[in-house]
Parts: sequence; structure tokens; C-alpha cells
Amino acid sequence: MAIEEDVIVIGGGLAGSIAALEAADSEASVRLITYKKSTLRHASGLIDVLGYLDEEEPVADPFSAVSKLPDDHPYSIAGEAAIRDGLDRFDEAVGDTYQGNHTDSNALVPTFGGAVKPTARYPAAAAAGLASDSREMLVVGFEEITDYNASMLADHLAAADVPFAVDGVELNFPGTYANDSRVTRFAKRLDNDEDVEYDGQTMGAREALADAVKPHVGDAERVGFPAFLGDEHTAEVRSDLERHLGVDVFEIPMGPPSFPGMRLADQMKDALDEAGVHISAGNPVIDYETDGDEIDAVIVDSKGREVPHYAEEFVLATGGLVGKGIDSDRDGTVEEPIFDCHIPHSEDRYDWFEQEAFGDQPFAHFGVRIDEGMRPLDADGNPEFPNLRAAGAVVGGTDTVTEKSQSGVSLTTGVVAGQRASERAAKREVSQ
Amino acid sequence: MSSKPHVIVIGGGSTGCGIARDLAMRGLDVTLVEQGNLTHGTTGRMHGLLHSGGRYAVADQASAKECMIENRILRDIASHCVEETGGLFVKRPEDTEEYFQKKLEGCKECDIPVEVLSGDEARELEPYLAKDIDKAIRVPDGAIDPFRLCVANAASAEEHGARIETHAPVVDVLKEGDEVVGVEVEHESGPGKRVHREPGTREEIRGDYVVNATGAWAGQIGEMAGLEQEIEVRPGKGVMTIMNTRQVDTVINRCKPKGDADIVVPHETTAILGTTDVEVDDPEDYPEEQWEVDLMIDTLKELVPIIEEARTIRSFWGVRPLYEPPGTGTSDSTDITRDFFLLDHADRDGVENFTSIVGGKFTTYRMMGEDISDHVCDKLGIDAECRTDEVPLPGSDDFSVLRDYMDEFGIRSPIGRRSAQRLGSRTDEVLDYDGPNPVVCECEAVTRAEVQDGIEGSGSDLNAVRLRTRASMGNCQGAFCCHRMAAELYDEYDEETAYTAWDELYQERWKGERHAMWGRQLSQAALKYSLHGTTMNRDKDAATTDTVISDFNAFDTGVGASPSDGATGAAATDGGKRGDD
Repeated sequence: MAIEEDVIVIGGGLAGSIAALEAADSEASVRLITYKKSTLRHASGLIDVLGYLDEEEPVADPFSAVSKLPDDHPYSIAGEAAIRDGLDRFDEAVGDTYQGNHTDSNALVPTFGGAVKPTARYPAAAAAGLASDSREMLVVGFEEITDYNASMLADHLAAADVPFAVDGVELNFPGTYANDSRVTRFAKRLDNDEDVEYDGQTMGAREALADAVKPHVGDAERVGFPAFLGDEHTAEVRSDLERHLGVDVFEIPMGPPSFPGMRLADQMKDALDEAGVHISAGNPVIDYETDGDEIDAVIVDSKGREVPHYAEEFVLATGGLVGKGIDSDRDGTVEEPIFDCHIPHSEDRYDWFEQEAFGDQPFAHFGVRIDEGMRPLDADGNPEFPNLRAAGAVVGGTDTVTEKSQSGVSLTTGVVAGQRASERAAKREVSQ
Repeated sequence: MSSKPHVIVIGGGSTGCGIARDLAMRGLDVTLVEQGNLTHGTTGRMHGLLHSGGRYAVADQASAKECMIENRILRDIASHCVEETGGLFVKRPEDTEEYFQKKLEGCKECDIPVEVLSGDEARELEPYLAKDIDKAIRVPDGAIDPFRLCVANAASAEEHGARIETHAPVVDVLKEGDEVVGVEVEHESGPGKRVHREPGTREEIRGDYVVNATGAWAGQIGEMAGLEQEIEVRPGKGVMTIMNTRQVDTVINRCKPKGDADIVVPHETTAILGTTDVEVDDPEDYPEEQWEVDLMIDTLKELVPIIEEARTIRSFWGVRPLYEPPGTGTSDSTDITRDFFLLDHADRDGVENFTSIVGGKFTTYRMMGEDISDHVCDKLGIDAECRTDEVPLPGSDDFSVLRDYMDEFGIRSPIGRRSAQRLGSRTDEVLDYDGPNPVVCECEAVTRAEVQDGIEGSGSDLNAVRLRTRASMGNCQGAFCCHRMAAELYDEYDEETAYTAWDELYQERWKGERHAMWGRQLSQAALKYSLHGTTMNRDKDAATTDTVISDFNAFDTGVGASPSDGATGAAATDGGKRGDD
């Protein structure tokens, strides 16, 4: 039987998930097609909305700062209300595992690079680490893990004049490990509370870890760890450590493989299942069928078999350069590979970058331009297709890395794309 | 004061390090000064070919013979720097049979062992060779790591009492009358190993003899010495493009007269495409151009077609220090001889105790070192034998069996093997590390022990650590390890030093990556940008950039947590939880 839905979303990252959830809220039948693992596993799990304008100071209130953005910024096109809608839908999906919705203000969260970063939503696991909290902090690092040195990180936070005393300590992770053990090994040990040998005794890994940390706590009222405090049982791991240590415990978001990112991906998957979204995973969308105007179907390559998936509305949420939703070539091509949507770019690839690594990088702006219905626009500024919308990093026009707006842009464009797609699909069904 | 004559060698490339080792082994007091880190100049910017001499066998047989002799010696004394890949001169249908025969005869005349392979035999050896390659000549080319080689020479010189000063540019050549009596250097970060942010000092270093081994920079040193006649080095730039993997395991040369883009050298985990040859005015300021990168790929795909689809991870440029005696007047820089010249400035300019060495090529660095050391000893009236042709470099002695390092050091076999390949006979000493020894650079399989060894050798300079260890030189170009390498600097160096070194390494990686910004490597670069920008926020780091946070209390202080002192409480002013509107 042919696959037929009201809405098909292509791409299973944050933007695609929110678009699918939003569309499913309206009773539309929704299918989400994902190919590879979501780039969420690379991401910190923080939900940044807008951290910086072209000013020295970070943005304290992202909502009031939106009006200062240029007219062609995705936020300006979608509008402030859409940003709030996106966050609301996110909050609903993740429940109390995330915080930050008690205020419009950004939070400042320490990163594993030693800087603090403005963000709008943070995992509950990261909450005790906020930089605007005056309580003394201890940062714990491990000799077995190379991503940061805790004392160096603490010194660097102090160099940014954070309003609290901060110290760092490097410890051995209790138990014995091969030298090349990955962070997932330590997470698993805590997750399952496996027995380890510590201080001449056999005890649970959580207790052993707390015992190792305890002598260093001093006056600190909160202790930060690399974000590997469990996988499935992260809340338990944290509360066990807090109970043993008698202070708050928080995670410092890390790079890939990122547990906060993977946990968020799992939560999104659960929310999609709960919302009744059909998920087709593992095969790529390679092409589409059109009646000359609208898209009728997308073609999924199912192990060499080309299977059309029909729908009234389509959402393109395939990601940017990282997620391979945008492709480029040495001859100066920059393209969106499925629908060949227009992506403004120079034909000279030496115009794509700046000399300074953190300069204003043109490649960071690559992506489709959209109208207020999130529809990708062709070179003349007209929608490529009446029934195709874009969401997430495939949308360009601004550097979400310097702005710290990637997740917010994903939520905002995702929620609008999902809303509009389901509305229009419903209208068409009525009219048919 | 030492009664031994003291020789100052300027330049920490292969030539300078080779001279320093040679003289130190002969019992002289040696100080080597280098403006950057070792291999900062041309040596660090080459394709890593250990010549068999085949490339010169038609046009420059004297050089070809020297190459083959030195090739044999280096396999012996520098075994941990050399990979015996072998090489092929491949003939395409449009390349002439006449030249193929000339090459074959030339190699034989120069004592270069050769074997003629049919096209099929060549493809059996290297499956990615183009289908229409007619035939090939097999020669004993090899791959050599210039960084490791230089560091090993410098380490050997130090073992023999030499002083090695990096990051110490010469600001003046000291003279008394017509005699050179020393140099004045600026220690950019203080004497000894480089430490970022340490204040600079100047030092006058006095010596009995000064050797100028600065390659493309020789003219500038000559000027400081007030030579009447300019040392006219003609710098020629060339591009090298690095592939993400080894498409070939044998050096592939095109069998035709000299030309651009005619060689692929397997190097560690990569293959390096080379090169161009364009004369430039300034060895430190010349354009790095797109056409050069494109030329590498578009031309060399005729030999190895897969290169067109493969991913390049970066490109870099080097400057050949070509020299020709005044009046030669070669118009095309590619025709300038690759021979080296010893310019005794007493004879040439009437300036005593000062000699420059110019021209030449990497493969014969040791021979050049021997020649100039003979010359210096002769001038100083010292009778001492050269031993650099028989005494192995540190890392290359008695190391014939690669043991299984997995058991011994608790690291997975491939990591242990690659560490051992880099470290050679120093493996035991380096990997026997006190404490956990996790992997710091995954692409190149570099563990903490090796990084710490690099830091011990080169101070807080992470680019020098990179050259010693290859950490950050793989596919991700430091995305996942620049910060880890910086973390390894801490305790010995403070936070500020570590972050400065991190930023410097990150920027250096970007310099070469920029030239590979398309397809998968652009995707990789975007991930790196996102990791260091979005996840770590290093682009807006309030401790190291223009960004300032003047009021932490303007931000979320958390649910129920105490705001910092004097906070008005941003949480309280905005009206509480939203989400139901």
C-alpha cells in the first residue's frame, strides 16, 4: 500500500521533531523520515535562543532583542510570538527535565571550553551550574578524560569575573579502566551503579565517586562534573551523588558523544511516539515527484528500491552543512540536494570563508531563504513549491553559531512549519 | 668558560639541525637559534619525499647520485622517521617513450635500483592508479617525516651538549671590524623552551664562528652582517594539498620532464599532492592561491583518478630556498639548480668567521651538514671526523622489532603500533607514563604520554607539540583535540598560557583548512565551528575576547537558588513561569 500522509517531515533533529509534533497536535497524520542519527548527539543539549547581537555584552533578554535583528533574519520573518510558540512546544515535550521557562532572561551556563554561554533552556542536570548563582563552585575533572582540565576550567571562569568562588580538582575515576576507555564507559558504570574497587572496598560506583570527591568539596555548595552522569538513570545518579556529597551536583555540557544531546534525542523520540507520529528511520529521501507545481511525493531509497511517500505538505528539516542538508563542491556549487532549493552563495569558493577562524564566516550563513510560511524561496524570491516548508539548520541567512541561536531557530522555524503545514493540509482535505 | 670553540648556527630547519648535530658530535660547543619552532621555515612545509634521486636522474645526475647515497644512510640512521614506501615513475599514453627510456638509463647511471613494471603490474601494486597508465619504473623513493627528523637531530645535538634556542629570531649579527663575533637574538618568550606570554629579552650570543643556514631567509641575515654583495636567494613557492587518507602507499611520480602537480607522496595517515613552483619576492608574504589547489587535483587525477572524488583536509605552501651564483641568470625558477652552495664570506665579502649555506634539498641535508662542518672545522683548525652517517638518531637505534604495546601499556594495539612507529626506540621511555594514559588525538592515535613528551620538548607551544606528535593533524583538524592538548599544558603552565596556546593552534589549523572548504571537509569545518563556537562559546569567551559580561545578575539565577550578591533578581521581575499563554 502506498504511504500517504497529511504531512511528511524530512529530518529527525530538533527542528524536524518539533515540526512533526506541532503538526501532529492538529490531528494531521504525520510521518517523520530520518536517515542518519540526529546531529543532536553532537550538540550540548542546551537550547540557545539568542545570545549575542553585534555588541560587546551578551543578550540578557532574547525576546526584546529580536527587534534589533535584520528583517531577513529567520526570527524577524517568523516573529517573536513564533519563538515563544517553539519554546512552549519544546517545554511541553521535555517536561521538567529542562529548566529556564520561569523567566524570559537568558541563563549563563559554563561550557566545557571554560567560557559561560547565554542560553534559554538548560537540562535540569545543568541547573545548579548557572553562572549568575553566587554559590561557591567546585569543578571536578578526571585524569581518564581529556576534554578539560578542571582546575584550568575553574581558573578560566574566574578570569571572566564570575560572581562566585570556583575551584577545580582532577581525580581518578574510581575503579580500573583501559587507558582508552571512552566517556560512555564511565557513564554506564554510573548508570548501572556497578561495583567498583575503591579505597580497599567494593562499593557502588556512585558512592565511590562521591567518596573520591568529598574531601575536595570544602565550602563549595555545588559540584560540577563532565556531562556523563548516567544515561538512562541520570536523575538518580545525580540525586545519589547529591545525597552522598550533601551539595548540589550539576553537569557541564560536553562535545560528542554528548549525553545531554543524546538524552534530548531520546526524549524527542518518545514525544513523537506519544503524539502518534509515524517514524521511518534508516533510509534517505533522494528525490521527489511533482505535478509541475506542488510536490506530490518524496522518493525514499529503501535499500535500492525507490518508494514514493505521498503527502499534502512537506517539511524540509535535513540540517545544514553539518547534517548534510546542504552540500557543496569544489566547483563553487552550494546546493540543497533533495529539492534543489535555491541557496544564495558566491560561485567562488574562496569567498566562503574568512581568514580569521572566528571571523564572520560566510559559510555559516548558507541555507535556504524563507517566507513567513517558512517556504524556501527561489532566486526571484518566490516559493519554490507551495507545499514545501523548511525548518532548522537548512534555513540560512544568519550565523547561528556566533549568535548562539541554533536551537532557537530550529524550534521557531520548526513550530511555524509544522503549524502551517497542518493547517494547509486540513484545508485541502476539507476542500477535496 | 669553555675552551672549546663555539659555533653559532642560525636556522632550525633540516640543514641547521644537521649542522648542529654534526658539529656537536665532533666535540664543538654549538648554539642553534631559530626564529620560530624547529622546521618553522621550508623544512616544515614540504611533501616529505625521501628522494631516491629518480626525479633528478635525467637533468641533474650529480644530485641524483647524492640523493641515493643519502637515501641509504637515512634509512639506517633515521629509521623511525622513514617509511620505505618505494616509488613509481608512471608513464601515461601521452608521455613519451623516449623520456621513459632516458629516465630508466639515468637511474641506472646514478646507481638507483630500478625495475620496470607493466601497467597491470603497477596497478596490482597500487590499485587506484589510472587504467591507462602504460608502465612504470619502480625506484626506492620513500616517505620521511621532516619534523621528527629535525627534532631528532636537535635532540642528538643537545645530547652532545648543544644549546637549542627556538623562538629566538636574530635581530643583529655582531661584528668587530671585519670579523663576525656573534649574534643578538630576541627571546620572544624568554630563553629556553617557548612559554607563551613570557616577556621577551634580548641576548648577545658570542661565538668563534657563525653559520647562516636560514634558507630562504639567508639574504636577510647577510644584510645584518653588512655583506656588500647580496645573498641572492630566489624563493620559489609551492603548494602541497593533503588528502584525508592514503589513496596510494607508494610514491607516485609522473614520468615526464619537470612540471607542476606531478607527485603524490603517502605520508602517515594522508597522501600529499605536490606541487607548484612560482618565484616570490618575500618568503613570508606571498599569495596562497586557489588555482594551485585546483591544479593539484585536476592534474594528479590523471594518475590517480579517485583523487577527484576524495576529500582533502588542507593545503599548505612552502618556499624553496633556491640559489644560483650571481650572473647565472636563469629566467625560469624551475630551471634553477637544486644543488647547494657554501658561501664563505671571508673569501666572498671579506667578512671573517661567517659562512652561509644556500640551495640544496632536504634529502641531502646530512651531507650538506657534513660539508659545512668540515669547512668550519677546517677554519677553526680542528681535526675531527664526521660520524653522522653511522650513528643512529635518537629514536632510531636498535629498533628492529615493533612489539605489541597493547599489553604493556594498556592501549589498544593500533594506537600502540602507531605510537611506536612515531617514537621508534624511544617508545618505552615515552609510553611508560605514570598515571592514566588516555588518547588525546583520536584521528592520529596520540596518547597523553606522547603529548606530555612533546610539551617537555617544546614548552607551551602547541604547534610544536603538534609537529612532534601529529596530534591535531588528522581529518578533524583539531576539532576534537585542540582543547584537549591545551588541557595537557595545565598545571605546568597557567590557564592564560594554555588558552593562548590553544587559540594559536586553532588559528594555525584554520589557516590550512580554508583551502579545503568544500564537500565533506566543509561539513567537518562547520562541525568544528559549531563545537568551538556554539558548544564551547570560545568565539565569545569573556576571558579571551572583546565580549564582556558586566552584570551577571541580569541573567537567570535559577529556580529557587540564591541570586548573587546585590541581585535584583531577573527571575522575579519578569513575571514567573510562562508557557500557558
